[in-house]
Amino acid sequence: MTASADAVLAELRERVSAAHRTHQALRLKGSGTKDFYGESLTGEVLELRAHRGIVDYEPSELVITARCGTPLSDIESALAAHGQFLAFEPPAFGADPTIGGVIAAGLSGPRRVYAGAARDFVLGTRLLSTDGEVLRFGGQVMKNVAGFDVSRLLCGSLGILGIITEISLKVLPRPRAEETVRLELPAAVAVESFNRWSALGVPISGGAWWRGGAWVRLSGSPPAVRSGRERIGGESIDPASAQAWWDALRHCQLPLFARDVIWRLSVPAAAPPLDVPGEPLIDWGGALRWYADPAGDTTVRTVACAAGGTALCWRGPAPDGRFHPLQPALTRLHRRLKERFDPHGIFNPGRLLAGL
Amino acid sequence: MAEADIAAALRAVLPEDCVLSREEERRPYECDALTVFRQLPGLVVLPRTEQQLRDVLLTCSRLKVPVVARGAGTGLSGGSMPHAQGVLLSCSRLNRILEIDPHGRIARLEPGVPNLRVSEAAAAHGLCYAPDPSSQVACSIGGNVAENSGGVHCLKYGLTVHNVLGVRGFTMEGEPIELGGRAPDGPGLDLLALAIGSEGLLMIVTEVTVKLIPRPPCAQLVMASFADVHSAANAVAAVIAAGIIPAALEMMDRKATAAVEPFARAGYDLSAAAILLVESDGTPEEVSDQIREIQRVLHSAGASTLRVSGSEAERLRWWSGRKNAFPAAGRLSPDYYCMDGTIPRRHVGQVLEAIERMETRYALRCMNVFHAGDGNLHPVILFDANDQDSWERAERFGAEILELCVQLGGTITGEHGVGVEKLNSMCVQFSPAERAAFAAVKESFDPAGLLNPGKVIPTLARCAEYGKMRVHHGVLAHADLPRF
Repeated sequence: MTASADAVLAELRERVSAAHRTHQALRLKGSGTKDFYGESLTGEVLELRAHRGIVDYEPSELVITARCGTPLSDIESALAAHGQFLAFEPPAFGADPTIGGVIAAGLSGPRRVYAGAARDFVLGTRLLSTDGEVLRFGGQVMKNVAGFDVSRLLCGSLGILGIITEISLKVLPRPRAEETVRLELPAAVAVESFNRWSALGVPISGGAWWRGGAWVRLSGSPPAVRSGRERIGGESIDPASAQAWWDALRHCQLPLFARDVIWRLSVPAAAPPLDVPGEPLIDWGGALRWYADPAGDTTVRTVACAAGGTALCWRGPAPDGRFHPLQPALTRLHRRLKERFDPHGIFNPGRLLAGL
Repeated sequence: MAEADIAAALRAVLPEDCVLSREEERRPYECDALTVFRQLPGLVVLPRTEQQLRDVLLTCSRLKVPVVARGAGTGLSGGSMPHAQGVLLSCSRLNRILEIDPHGRIARLEPGVPNLRVSEAAAAHGLCYAPDPSSQVACSIGGNVAENSGGVHCLKYGLTVHNVLGVRGFTMEGEPIELGGRAPDGPGLDLLALAIGSEGLLMIVTEVTVKLIPRPPCAQLVMASFADVHSAANAVAAVIAAGIIPAALEMMDRKATAAVEPFARAGYDLSAAAILLVESDGTPEEVSDQIREIQRVLHSAGASTLRVSGSEAERLRWWSGRKNAFPAAGRLSPDYYCMDGTIPRRHVGQVLEAIERMETRYALRCMNVFHAGDGNLHPVILFDANDQDSWERAERFGAEILELCVQLGGTITGEHGVGVEKLNSMCVQFSPAERAAFAAVKESFDPAGLLNPGKVIPTLARCAEYGKMRVHHGVLAHADLPRF
C-alpha cells in the first residue's frame, strides 16, 4: 500500500513539475462531483483519485489522516466504526466525493454554525507545490501555532495554490443523544427562535426552515437533549425520517435543488427574512439562505449585502461570476498569494477567481 | 532615518501624548512576558483611534520604518519584542467594547480590550467568550488574535481561530481590509485563518468580531491521582476514547503539585506521581451525567483516588493550583522558562520520561503542567537568568524538548507562538521550501517587510547555522562529518 501510494505521489509530482516547466494549466479532479462549483474549469485534467487511503486513524487522538483521493464514504465508515464522525457534515453531490475535494471546496453541512466549518476541523495538510515539492503544514495535533495557518488557507482554496495530497482532520465522538422536532412556524419566527434558543444554551445542532416548517435537531448528552426538547416543544420526528431530512438538506437533495437557478446567501444568523423572490430554504439557524428560481436575480447580491452577507450563484447563469465579488484590497492579496504559490498559474486557473 | 525625524513625522499626525520618545518612557516596552529577550524600541506610539493608527502605518510605510504591534505584553515568545530602529505600536488605548449583540451572540471589540472583560460584559446576557488563556485578566483580544491563543477550555470550545468571526484592520501600507465577518463562509481564500496566529507579521487589527456562547450554568471538577505518569497519560486517552469531550482536561506531575501546594493550598494529592483535573460544564443534569462517566473511565484507567468538587469554592480552589503553576515556579527559582510543545496524546508518558532524563543532563529542574486533553505540554524549566550558563542550559533543554515534540509528530508551539524565541526550532520543524511558503505569505501581505520583521520565519542563514549542530526530521544532516 505504502509503496504504491509513493509511486502514485511520485507520478503526480512528475506531472506537476512538467506542467510547471511548460506552463501547462492543470485541472485538478477528484471524483468530479463538484465540477459545477467554482468559476471556470480549464486545463488538462489531473486525476487525483488514485492517491488514496487512510494513513492514520487513532480514535483516542480524535484525528484521522487520509490521502486526497480517499472516498469520503471510506472515511465516514472508518469513523462510524468507532462512534465518531466529521462534525462539519460535508455535503456530497451525486457520486462519492474524495476527501481532497471536500477540503478544497471547504463546504459544510447543517452543523456548520453549531459544530464548526470544514476549516475548523483541518489540523494539517500536505501540499504538492508548483515545483513538485511536498510541503507539510500543521500536523496531527489539536493546537499548533508554528508558522502561518496555511492548512486552513488551503481549505476552500479550490486547488488554486497547489494540490492538497494529504489531510489531517479533527473528528468528534457522535453525540450520545439526538432528536429532531418540527414546528409549524413562519420563517421570521423560526429564525428568531433558532437564535434565541442558541443563546439560552439549547443544544441545537441543526436549525432549518422550509415550506412553513422549522426543523430543529438537538444533540448532546441525554439530559441536555431532553431538557432542550421540553423547552422548544413541537412535534417529534422519528429517527429514520429525521435522518432522511437532514441528509437531504446536507446533500442538497430537497426538491427545490432541482430548479434551474439557485442562489446561496450567507448572512448573519439573526438577519430577518430577505426580500428575495423565489422559494426560500433556510439552514444554519438562519445564516444560510437558499433561493430557488428568484425572478430578477440581479438584485440578489444587493439584498445579501444589505443584510451584511454575500451571495453565491449556486446554479444558473452567472454573468458576473458565481462567487460574490471581493473587496479590491482582498483581490490584490489573492493575486499576490497566487503569484507566489503558483507563478505560472498552472493550478485550476480561474476556478476561484476570474484571472487567477 | 534618524529617530528624531521619525518622531517628528509621527507627531505631525498624532497628538503629543501619543508618541513616547524619552528613554524612560520607552523602557517599559522593551520586552513581553518572556523577559530574557529585550530590546529598547526606537519610539513608542499609542494611538487612540483607528484613524490615528492608520496614520502611523502610512507614515512608517512611507519612511520605511519597521512597526511592531503590541497588545498587553503578556506574550510568552518575544513576539512583540521591539525593533531597535522601529516603532512599537501599542494597541492598549484602542480598548472599547463596540457592541454586544446578545441575540446574534457576537461582540465587536477593539484590539486592546482585555480578554476577561469580554466575558464580564457578556455575563449580563448569560453569555461569555470561550477562549480563556491563563493571562486572561490582562491579555488583550488583539494579542489573542495575533497568537491564536488557547486556554484550559479549548478542548471543548476551540481556540481563538474557532471563536473569531472576523477582523478588520490595515495592511502595513495602510490599506483597510476586512476578513470574515458575521456572515459565515464568505467568498475567496480564508485569509482570516492566515491572519489569526500571524504574530503581527501580516496586518494590524483594529476591530475583532467574536462569537459569544451561553455561559454554562454549572461546572464540576474531578481530581484523580495516579501512581505513575503513564497511567495518567493512558487515562487521558481513555476519557477521549469513551466519547467524552470534557470542558477541560489538565495534568500536573508531582513536581508541579509539590511546587504549588505550599502556597495555593489547593488540596492536591502530593503522593501521586501525577494528577488529572477533568472538568464538566453545562446544565446540572448534563454535568452530573458526564461526571459519572468520567469517574467510571478514570476508575477503570487505574486512578488511585478520585474526588469530585462538592462546591464552587472547592472547584475554584483546585483550579487555583493549576492556574498558579507559573507563579509557583517563580517562588522556587529566580527564573523559569515555559515551553509549549504539542504532541499526539499517546506520547505524553514517553515525553515526560525523556524530560526527566534531560533534567539530569542539563542539571536543571523541570516541572510539568499540561493541557493533556490537547496534548499541549508546558514543561517549566527552572533556571537563574543572572547565571549566563544556567540560561544557556535552559535554552538548550527547551530546544531539545521541542525537537522531541517534532520527532513524535507534534509541534514546537501549541499556543504561545514562535516570536523570536522559537526561530531556531522553526528550522527543525519546517523544510526550506515550507519556510519559503511562509515567506511568500508574508510578502503577499507586507511586500516591504516592515511589520514585525525578524520574527516567526527564520532566515536561511540562521537555519544553516543552527542546522550544523542539529537534525532535521530525525535525520542527522551530514552524519559522516565529525562533530565537537
